[in-house]
Amino acid sequence: MAETFLDSTELVLNMGPQHPSTHGVLRVIVKLDGEKVLGTDCVIGYLHRGVEKLGENRTYQQFAPYVDRMDYVASVSNGLGYCLAVEKLLGVEAPPRAQVVRVILTELNRIASHLIWLGTHALDIGAITPLFYCMRERELALNIFEKYCGARLTTHAFRIGGLQYETYDGFEKEVLDFCDVFLPKADEYEELLTGNRIWVDRMRNVGLLNATDCKAFGVTGPLLRAAGEKWDLRKAQPYSGYEKYDFEIPTGDRGDNFDRYIVRMEEMRQSVRIMRQAVASIPAGPIMAKVPKVIKPPVGEVYVSIEAPKGELGYYIVSDGTTLPYRVRVRPPSFVNLQALDRMSKGALVADLVAIIGTIDIVLGEVDR
Amino acid sequence: MPEEQKPEEAQSPGPAPVPHTPPPVQQAPATPPAAAATPPAAPAKPTAKPAAPAPPPPPPVWEGDLPSALKDEFGERVAEFIAYQGQPSFVAPADAAHAVIESLRKIHEFDYLVDITAVHWPKREAAFDIIYVLYSFSRNQRIRLKIRVKEGERPRSSVDLYPTANWLEREVYDMFGVEFDGHPDLRRILMPDEWTGFPLRKDRTILDMDNRWVQENLGIESGQ
Repeated sequence: MAETFLDSTELVLNMGPQHPSTHGVLRVIVKLDGEKVLGTDCVIGYLHRGVEKLGENRTYQQFAPYVDRMDYVASVSNGLGYCLAVEKLLGVEAPPRAQVVRVILTELNRIASHLIWLGTHALDIGAITPLFYCMRERELALNIFEKYCGARLTTHAFRIGGLQYETYDGFEKEVLDFCDVFLPKADEYEELLTGNRIWVDRMRNVGLLNATDCKAFGVTGPLLRAAGEKWDLRKAQPYSGYEKYDFEIPTGDRGDNFDRYIVRMEEMRQSVRIMRQAVASIPAGPIMAKVPKVIKPPVGEVYVSIEAPKGELGYYIVSDGTTLPYRVRVRPPSFVNLQALDRMSKGALVADLVAIIGTIDIVLGEVDR
Repeated sequence: MPEEQKPEEAQSPGPAPVPHTPPPVQQAPATPPAAAATPPAAPAKPTAKPAAPAPPPPPPVWEGDLPSALKDEFGERVAEFIAYQGQPSFVAPADAAHAVIESLRKIHEFDYLVDITAVHWPKREAAFDIIYVLYSFSRNQRIRLKIRVKEGERPRSSVDLYPTANWLEREVYDMFGVEFDGHPDLRRILMPDEWTGFPLRKDRTILDMDNRWVQENLGIESGQ
């Protein structure tokens, strides 16, 4: 058969690194047949700053602020994971009051992170309004961070062994006020989106990834729960006293983009539930455990992970008994989850590829470290 | 390659009892008897010396169904079952690692490979620890498997068991230069493709750049 210029051929297309829908500097090489995606290859590393190498050249305390710069929209979670890992190495535990305050701030940060996701993802799909609403509510959360520790984004809110700062006057009230304001707003977002036919058409049955594939690809967090697996590290292996709080793990059943959206919306409501219980139960007492000024953990190695907004965030730290960690490895959820993009986007349309990258909820600062 | 691996297989039980943690424990009790031969120094030193060897007690042994099942299956090849800070871990020789991971995946239901990473110990003969963190949803248990590989040795890739190993092994290669045998696409992942050197090795400091790459691609004269 003679070929004409109308015959379709495979096309290799570069998306990024400066593409706005990649939420940072991610380059995706896409192989296309017409508009259909045949396969993808991610080129990452544009934001690589050598965080793990820096960790080997800083003391345990000095390295703590660096971890905030990985997933910068959920810096509180990063800090919590790191502090828990070093505390495990030292064999100390933060006092009860510090643990409850940590839970409040971490859950507040989870909401802030999910709000950024919701706003930017809606923008990717073509809905501009939710972004402004999400930013508005996120501002309230950031104000609480700012009042607590002086920083809004890269907070360095926690210290190894507990907290540096006592809560400010009116902290509890402001958190509860946020909860009261936020819940009706979350319903408002859902009114805008959940029944919206354009939104549903763009999200339903797009980017499917079932639970078996999720496990094989190491995908965790909202993506795994959207695939129907009721697994959350806060429940499976509780830390920081999460076993004391009453909350549900929301799940989806199909594992598509829409389920991930519903799971994240519900997670924000569950975070509000946790925060309300935590505020009601803040005990009095010290906020810092007995930790030496110079931290020299005994020789050993630990792996500690937490449920960050994006999935399982782990720290593997090897101590050789000196003041510097011998090795700090960060197990970043975004990096691992991004690997499943190829599986999720095969057979999808180019426009859906943008939506799929959006629902993985990657932060390139964490992918590249 | 198989001919080269056989002698290593024979050697590996040899280097196995000299991991990085036990030596301080083993050597510490070994020094006092040796020092006893020189009594004059002994009275002065005990105040300083016993203080140092005292802190590292041997880590607790990891006991249970899984360690005994693994010992039944692999015998002497799996060792050092410890539960430091309550975290179970064990060690296997590099050439048995794939079989051990396969058994963990298929028989013991460790269906989630959390992480693969490495640690560089330049003074050791087997200079790299490769650490596999595995999790089982049905057991709700996380374990660590450590293998020790020499410079230039190629451990077998786990991509056929866990697709997630693809990027994780690429990162280990990128940062440490450990190549995985049978990996479908072993390229650098975080560093630029033309970069030379492996940043997370201990002989590279944070100031060590690939000066030529920096000069050519970023136009910075000093290469820093």
